[in-house]
Amino acid sequence: MASRTDFGPPNYKEMLPPVIEKNYGQWLYHERVKPGVLKHVAESGDELYTVRVGSSRLVSTDWIRDVCAIADEFCGGHLRFTSRHNLEFLVSDPAKVEPLIAHLKANGFAVGGTGHAISNPVHTQGWIHCHTPATDASGIVKAVMDDLYEYFVDMKLPAYCRISLACCLNMCGAVHCSDVAILGIHRKPPHINHDIVRAKCEIPNVIAACPTGAIRPDPKNKTLTVNEEKCMYCGNCYTMCPGMPVADPVGDGVSIWVGGKISSARTPPKFSRLVIPFLPNNPPRWPEVTDAVRNIVETWASHAHKHERMGEWIDRIGWERFFTLANIPFSVQLIDDFTLASDTYRSTPTFKW
Amino acid sequence: MPNAQDSDTPLLDQLEEGPWPSFVTEIKRSAEKTEAAKDLLRQLERSYNDRIGHWKHGGIVGVKGYGGGVIGRYTDLPEEFPGVAEFHTLRVNMPAGWFYTSDKLRQLCDVWDKHGSGLTNMHGATGDIILLGAPTAALQPCFDDLAEIGFDLGGSGSDMRTPSCCVGPGRCEFACIDTLDLLHSITLEFQDELHRPMFPYKSKIKISGCPNDCVASVARSDFSIVGTWRDNIRINPDEVANYANSDLDIQAEVVNLCPTHCMSWDPAAKNLTIDDAECNRCMHCINVMPKALRVGKEKGATFLVGGKAPIVHGALLSWVIVPFMKVEPPYDEIKDLVRRIWEWWDENGRMRERLGELINRLGMRAFLKAVDLPPVPQMIRAPRANPYYFWDPEEVK
Repeated sequence: MASRTDFGPPNYKEMLPPVIEKNYGQWLYHERVKPGVLKHVAESGDELYTVRVGSSRLVSTDWIRDVCAIADEFCGGHLRFTSRHNLEFLVSDPAKVEPLIAHLKANGFAVGGTGHAISNPVHTQGWIHCHTPATDASGIVKAVMDDLYEYFVDMKLPAYCRISLACCLNMCGAVHCSDVAILGIHRKPPHINHDIVRAKCEIPNVIAACPTGAIRPDPKNKTLTVNEEKCMYCGNCYTMCPGMPVADPVGDGVSIWVGGKISSARTPPKFSRLVIPFLPNNPPRWPEVTDAVRNIVETWASHAHKHERMGEWIDRIGWERFFTLANIPFSVQLIDDFTLASDTYRSTPTFKW
Repeated sequence: MPNAQDSDTPLLDQLEEGPWPSFVTEIKRSAEKTEAAKDLLRQLERSYNDRIGHWKHGGIVGVKGYGGGVIGRYTDLPEEFPGVAEFHTLRVNMPAGWFYTSDKLRQLCDVWDKHGSGLTNMHGATGDIILLGAPTAALQPCFDDLAEIGFDLGGSGSDMRTPSCCVGPGRCEFACIDTLDLLHSITLEFQDELHRPMFPYKSKIKISGCPNDCVASVARSDFSIVGTWRDNIRINPDEVANYANSDLDIQAEVVNLCPTHCMSWDPAAKNLTIDDAECNRCMHCINVMPKALRVGKEKGATFLVGGKAPIVHGALLSWVIVPFMKVEPPYDEIKDLVRRIWEWWDENGRMRERLGELINRLGMRAFLKAVDLPPVPQMIRAPRANPYYFWDPEEVK
């Protein structure tokens, strides 16, 4: 018998708690009651409390069964996840909010991630399950969030702060528009295995995949060559061709980007900008990365105005001031030389020292 | 935590300490039940020592009738870690807004405990439920059991990737469009495009209910649908006064941060006025005073295209191509527009060229003509600053 196909995901309407079914599209306002707790009030006067907890994103079925049991006890069996891997318990009985929070805290859940906090970092697979990573993902996120935990469980920052991590330039996550982005990078050109290239790769597709035109055909030997001076190690050729691995224990590591945002509130969405071109892979806790991220977050937190996102603060003070305040050395890698690079060069003699 | 000398994984064990939830603990919980999770943990420890990944490149696996939805993954050390010799991923299409009942999630756990490693991502970066680690022989039986409980696969490869949306009218008063219903309708409409890769490269659709864009549609998707409104922000003067009596500084935190300077505040009269014609609907004032200010009543969406991450020719943020459109079931206008754009992209796009890159290569002028959209000033930040522009010969007579 042929399998059933193309029937689509479960209908969300069957997943909604009764208070949402009743008040769908009729919400009036919300309050941030305290860290990790939102209260939404509908035009009908009905209230819905949301208790948000962080998750490790990589979770076992045991964990899912655990949180289902909690949802059964406190939320009539209803829960949801957010776009940043948080878990939300949806509570319609106000009397159950505090017992739920107490239960969660007693069982080691991280309640928080609302308002002017660091929410759960969006991140990728890393060494756990990806074939192109330049670093691990879950390990760095765990180390960074252990270090910055106080900013997840409180709302003491000037504004939202979104940290994201991608383990290579593919960026399976919106890291390129984050307040702080942690990005795995390679620093060595691909190491070509010509036998594999000949056996397994569509050479024109590999050439087309190179953003800098560094790859040329070598028809005589039915393979290709890489102009190493033009290669900036993006790894896209390896995605197309297993004969061109770029990963390397010494070459690989982490870069730090800051000042991006996604929301259009006040200012349009912005890209994050490179501020630290390389930090080493130093598992299991990547201390150079956790120190760098804490320094950037706290420099921003101690200087920004209320509601001012990282990038908005830097736009106000200027990048040259950011580098002095954060005490981050400036290097030539931070000056763009890809397409549209000159858009980022300064054309006025007005700047700060 | 076991003693360091007793443990196979002394480096990873250190990541069980600290307040943030530990993925290592999660892998260990599954490792009590499956060899796959046990070897995943050991291989990851090896990566922590070697500072390099140990997954081989690619490998095509799948289920009958589909060209995507399953990602092949093999260890490069199969003799050392036989439990992950075949450790494939199934991408499972989540319900809109990531809402679940506990019963539904337990059904999912039952299927995954039967066929796979017991490990998941809730959720992957694109939004799917990620079932992490099953051998080749388990894929079809796993999918068949998923189908029994009403879960279908999501996208992978050069297809429409699983679309996602924000919580929308399910729980948010800012929602200007029914993100959940639109998402469900689009996902059902484009099942073929989701399950059978046929495009030059991946194509993503994300839907946010307001310009706060909680699913990062402008940054991350080829098609970004963002709710907005055209009429006036609704003001509740009593709630404005309540905010004024709270610790909110309306002048400093609201009025002074308005990007268009269209607001004014009279503290003596506790009167907030908005020149709505000059408002660009950025959401800041509404975000700060949600009890007092509401989005307008004439709601719809802005439609943007071209957003993407860096590969191949650099990251792009989506560009406005329709400043305002009504968004009502059965959403034919949006579906037709998506189809027209896919057709142009499919015809003109090179291998691994995303929509935004194609528009950059052939020009916005060619794109607008091909998909029959009128040029309007809302599309641009500024007009061109160079004199290198074209005329259609028909226009020069």
